[in-house]
Amino acid sequence: MATQTDYADVPVIAPGHTYASVTDQVTDVILTKKTPKGWLLGFGIAFFFMMLMLYSLTVLFAKGVGIWGLNNTVAWGFAIVNFVWWVGIGHAGTLISAILLLFRQEWRSSINRFAEAMTIFAVANAGLFPIIHTGRPWLAYWLYPYPSMLNLWPQFRSPLVWDVFAITTYVTISLLFWYLGLIPDFATLRDAADNKLVRRIYGILALGWRGAARHWSQYSRASLLLAALATPLVVSVHSVVSFDFAVGSVPGWHTTFLPPYFVSGAIFSGFAMVITLAIPIRKFYHMEDFITDRHLENMAKIMLATGLIVFYAYIMEAFFAWYSGNHYEKFMIYNRMTGPYAPFYWALIFFNGIVPQLLWFKKVRRTTWMLFPIAIGVNIGMWLERFIIVVTSLHREFLPSTWAYYAGTFWDWSLYIGTLGFFATLLFLFLRSMPMINIFEMKELIHHVSHRGKEH
Amino acid sequence: MSDSLYGLMAKFDSPEALLAATRAAREAGYRSMEAYSPFPVEGLDELLDFKPSIQYLVLIAGIVGAITGFALQYYAAVISYPLNIGGRPLNSWPAFIIIMFEMTILFAGIVAVFGTLGLSDFPLPYHPVFNVDDFRQASRDKFFLCIEARDPQFDVTATRAFLESLNPEAVTGVQP
Repeated sequence: MATQTDYADVPVIAPGHTYASVTDQVTDVILTKKTPKGWLLGFGIAFFFMMLMLYSLTVLFAKGVGIWGLNNTVAWGFAIVNFVWWVGIGHAGTLISAILLLFRQEWRSSINRFAEAMTIFAVANAGLFPIIHTGRPWLAYWLYPYPSMLNLWPQFRSPLVWDVFAITTYVTISLLFWYLGLIPDFATLRDAADNKLVRRIYGILALGWRGAARHWSQYSRASLLLAALATPLVVSVHSVVSFDFAVGSVPGWHTTFLPPYFVSGAIFSGFAMVITLAIPIRKFYHMEDFITDRHLENMAKIMLATGLIVFYAYIMEAFFAWYSGNHYEKFMIYNRMTGPYAPFYWALIFFNGIVPQLLWFKKVRRTTWMLFPIAIGVNIGMWLERFIIVVTSLHREFLPSTWAYYAGTFWDWSLYIGTLGFFATLLFLFLRSMPMINIFEMKELIHHVSHRGKEH
Repeated sequence: MSDSLYGLMAKFDSPEALLAATRAAREAGYRSMEAYSPFPVEGLDELLDFKPSIQYLVLIAGIVGAITGFALQYYAAVISYPLNIGGRPLNSWPAFIIIMFEMTILFAGIVAVFGTLGLSDFPLPYHPVFNVDDFRQASRDKFFLCIEARDPQFDVTATRAFLESLNPEAVTGVQP
C-alpha cells in the first residue's frame, strides 16, 4: 500500500488499517463510558450559546421584530443574511455526499458523514430565519399550499414560495439520505455494544439491518439514485435562493449571473466550514489516519476553485454595473466600494478573493495551521458578502429621501451567535452518539486499496 | 432434524473467500442462500440472481411528483383562485417549473429511501441469523454464507460437509 505510484503521495487512509481496526476506532468514540473532558467543556459552551438563542427568540416573540435593526428602507437584515449564509454552508455536505459519490471520489468516504450532519444542522438554522423574519412565525404554515377556509393559495409565481419548496425538499432529502447512510453503521454499533440498553437503542435505529447481499445491492442502487437526485437539488436550492434577489428589480440584485454566483459561493463557504470543523475534530479524536492531509488538500483545492469563481463574480458585478450604463447600477457599485459599508466590502474582497490565493501553494494546503485561519476567514468573508448584497442594495433606495443606515442591534447579534451555539450543540451531540465516519464505506475503501496494491 | 433449522451458516475471513464460496454453492446447485458482509461486495448479487428493482419505483415516484407539482399549481392558479393580472395567462407554466422540479426530487427521494427499506422488509426486529453467536461479526470484519433449509437440495449432513469443504472458519446451524 505504501508504494502506490498511481496515487498522490499522501494516502486517503493511513496504511495498516484492517476492517476491525476501523470499526473499533470509530465505535470506541461512541461506546466508551467516559465522556472526554474537552467534549463536556465544548458542549457546555455551545449549550450556553444555544440558550442565548432561545432567550433571543423569546424576547423576539414577546416584542416583535422591532427589536432588530430593521427600518422601512432596509427591511431585509440579519435574518436574510443569516438564512443565506447557513443554507450555503449546508451545501458542502450534499456536494461531498452526492456529487463526489457520482464522480467516484473515494477520498470522500471519511468526511461525508459529518459533512452531511453539518448540512442538516446548518439547514435547521437556515430554516429558522425566514420563519421568524415573517414577524408572525405562528402563521408560518401559510407558506404551504393547503385547502384553507380563507380560500387563498400561495403565489406560485413568486421565488419566495419556490424557496419554501426548495428548502423543504432539501431538508427532507438530506435527512433521509443521511439516515439511510447511517443504517449499516447503526447495525455495527448494535453489534459492537456490550451494554444491553445501548444495543437495543442502536438495534431499533438499525431497523434489523444484517448486511445481506440482496439488501446491499438494493441499498447501493438507492444511494446512487439519491446522489443523482441530490446533485441537481443542491444546485437548484441555492439558485432559488438567488432568485429571491435576482427577480426583484433592485440594483445589484437584478442580474442573470446570480444563480451560478450564489451556488459557487455556497460551495465555497461550505467547504470552508467543513475544513474549519474537520481540523479540530480529527485532532481531538485522533482521526488523522482517516482524515489525512490529502483530504484537507482536496477540500482546499475545491475551495480555491469555487473561490476563484466567486472572485470572478465580484469583478463581473462591477463590470456589469459599469457596462450596463444604468445610472442606478453604477451608483450601487460605487456606493458599495466607497459608501458607508465600504470597509465591509473591502474586507470581503480580502477574505474571499485575496487570501484564498495562498491556496495555490501546496505547502499552505497541507499545513493545518495555515489552512485553518484561511477557512475561518472565508466563513467571515462569505457572511460579509451576504450582508453587503442584502444591505448595500437596499439602504440607498431610488429616492434619496428614503435613504437610511442599517446596523444590527444587540438582539440581531445575540440571535446570530446563538444559532452558532445551536449548530455546535447539535454537532457535539452527533459526535458523541453517532459514528462520525462512515464505517462501511471506510471498509470498502480498505478493500479497494488492498486490491490496487495487489495489482501492482 | 432439518425441519428445525433455518439453515447452515459458514463464516469466512475475506470478501474474496465469500465470493468464492457463494460461487461454489451456486455451482453445486444451491439457490436459497444469502451472503452477509460488513460492506457491499461487488458480484454477490449476481451470484444470488438478484437484481435491484428500486429504480423503477423511483422513476414512477418522480413522474408522480412532477405531475402532482403541476396539478397543484394549475388547480390553485387556474381553477380555485384565478387572478387576472393585466390579462396575463393563468396557466403560467414556466413559473411552475421550479416547484414541479422540487416535487419530483421530493417524491423520488422519499420513495428511494422508504422503497429500499420496504423492499428489504425493514424494519424487521427479529431474524433467525441473529441466533448465531458469531453473527455479531458480520457488521465488523467477518463474511457469512447461509444456505437455507428451504432449498430443495438442503440436507443437514451433506450441506454441512459441502460448506466444510470451502475452508470456512466455522460452520454453524441457524436456529429458526
